[in-house]
Amino acid sequence: MSDEASSAGAIEGADNVNVRPLALVARRERLLMIGLFSPAFLLMATFVVLPIAWLFYLSFVDNAQFSTVHYSRMIEYSSYYKILLTTLRISIIVTVICAIAGYPVAYLLAQLAPPWSIICLSLVVIPFWTSLLVRTYAWLVLLSSNGPINSFVEWLSITDKPLELVFNETGTVIGMVHVMLPFFILPLYSVIKSFDWSLIQAASSLGAPPISAFARVFLPLSLPGLVAGAVLVFVQSLGFFVTPAVLGGGNVTMVSMKIASNVQNYFEWGASSAFGVVLLISAFGVLAIAARMLGLERTFGMTR
Amino acid sequence: MSTAHSTGLPRRHWLYSIVGTVLLFLVLPVCIVIPESFSDSKYLSFPPPGFSLKWYSAFLSSDDWLSSARASLVAATLTMLFATPVGVASAYAISNLGPRFQRISMAFILLPVIVPSMLIAIGIFYVYIRLSLVNTMLGIVIAHSILAIPFVIVTLLSALRSFDLRQELVARSLGAPRFAAFWRVTLPQIRPAVISAALFAFIISLDEVIVSLFVAGGNNMVLTRRMFVALRDALDPTIAAISTFFVVVSLAVLGTVALLSRKR
Repeated sequence: MSDEASSAGAIEGADNVNVRPLALVARRERLLMIGLFSPAFLLMATFVVLPIAWLFYLSFVDNAQFSTVHYSRMIEYSSYYKILLTTLRISIIVTVICAIAGYPVAYLLAQLAPPWSIICLSLVVIPFWTSLLVRTYAWLVLLSSNGPINSFVEWLSITDKPLELVFNETGTVIGMVHVMLPFFILPLYSVIKSFDWSLIQAASSLGAPPISAFARVFLPLSLPGLVAGAVLVFVQSLGFFVTPAVLGGGNVTMVSMKIASNVQNYFEWGASSAFGVVLLISAFGVLAIAARMLGLERTFGMTR
Repeated sequence: MSTAHSTGLPRRHWLYSIVGTVLLFLVLPVCIVIPESFSDSKYLSFPPPGFSLKWYSAFLSSDDWLSSARASLVAATLTMLFATPVGVASAYAISNLGPRFQRISMAFILLPVIVPSMLIAIGIFYVYIRLSLVNTMLGIVIAHSILAIPFVIVTLLSALRSFDLRQELVARSLGAPRFAAFWRVTLPQIRPAVISAALFAFIISLDEVIVSLFVAGGNNMVLTRRMFVALRDALDPTIAAISTFFVVVSLAVLGTVALLSRKR
């Protein structure tokens, strides 16, 4: 009893001797780490957070006083209203097409063995890392009225005049789907890759036909990956600029294009800021809802 | 084809044809760019009606395009040299700090990825007007670094996660100064990730369009900005030659990264 007490006292004493230097080391360590982090922090704070806060403020100012005119115009002006609707419509269409076209690819990719898995995966990744402008240019060539797609259609003699595939919403959607598909396929692929295939064997050994094993076991378990991919695609689609500006040929106006032209041509910071705030809040809103539904890590594909 | 787990699910030929079509859709645009650049026609048509090198000579004899190519390469190189050390330092700090700090710092660092790029672009433009950084190389490098740093950090964090940071403590307990321990124990083991991150930073700067539209004009007009204007306003076939250059650079970088990750 007394032995224990005295040894405990000795340890406490030793602690007391070391506590202060240890705390000092810990504090110095923390300071060093904060110091190492500070360049990135300062860059983000000065050039991302601060200006966005300032734009937030500008969106509520008109003629040097508080006003919500920049927001009410979005509803009152039919041209502004149309831009919001176009952006929403295109984003939804792109998301749906990506989900329909991307799901089978991720599904098959996750089941392939090397070397086919590597080949197919690189076919998905190569466009991902190719300059957006290059791909947009390529679509301009592919979709033009005397391009290969129209020659093919002509050769099939389905229509007598070339299809109008570019300088409109169709071209915009095609180009955007091309950009967004890898963003949909890759997170879904990683979810399916970690799927426990013995569950399917269990289902079929219990008598489930392939279709219902897929629909009632596989599909529900891959749903988080599907939703994460769709959210990623939708949120990024809302902010698209280059693809609609080039493949839309002046006939499609999305929110980002309006923001750019207001700033570049008219120095209309208030109107641009209000559109930017709407864009930012919609993006964060969708992400927040998805994060709630799935857990934050899954939304950003960080599950390990 | 792995057969171990393929028994219970529908497996039909139409699945292969759908996937094949989607994969073709994905690579087709990348594939037509290089042959298109050797076309002898001024008009967009594929396959090209005849072979010529005139778009390459048009590119090489245009002062505008060449000065843009120079500005782009300088900006990409400087961005790589700036964003990589800043990103490595941040990733090292994040992986050494507690989970609470990690969550907050990651949310902060990933901002440029989540916030729509047009908003970032006009935000940077707004600050640059006041700091008179518009159209300066310094401004371009800072802007591109902001977009590249998140990728550098994410790449490095995943490498540091599989590295046991206690190795550095061992080196320090044997008397190595802190920085030497990092430089001679940690860095050699994460080197492939550092090189991949640097290459990603280079590509991100080279390919960046939206922020460059606002801050990279005048004498420092980068290639992507000149290309965007040419694509939107008046189609100039020289773009095909430049596109080939972009495709070759991207493929070279991707190949290098793939080789590095295999070694890892």
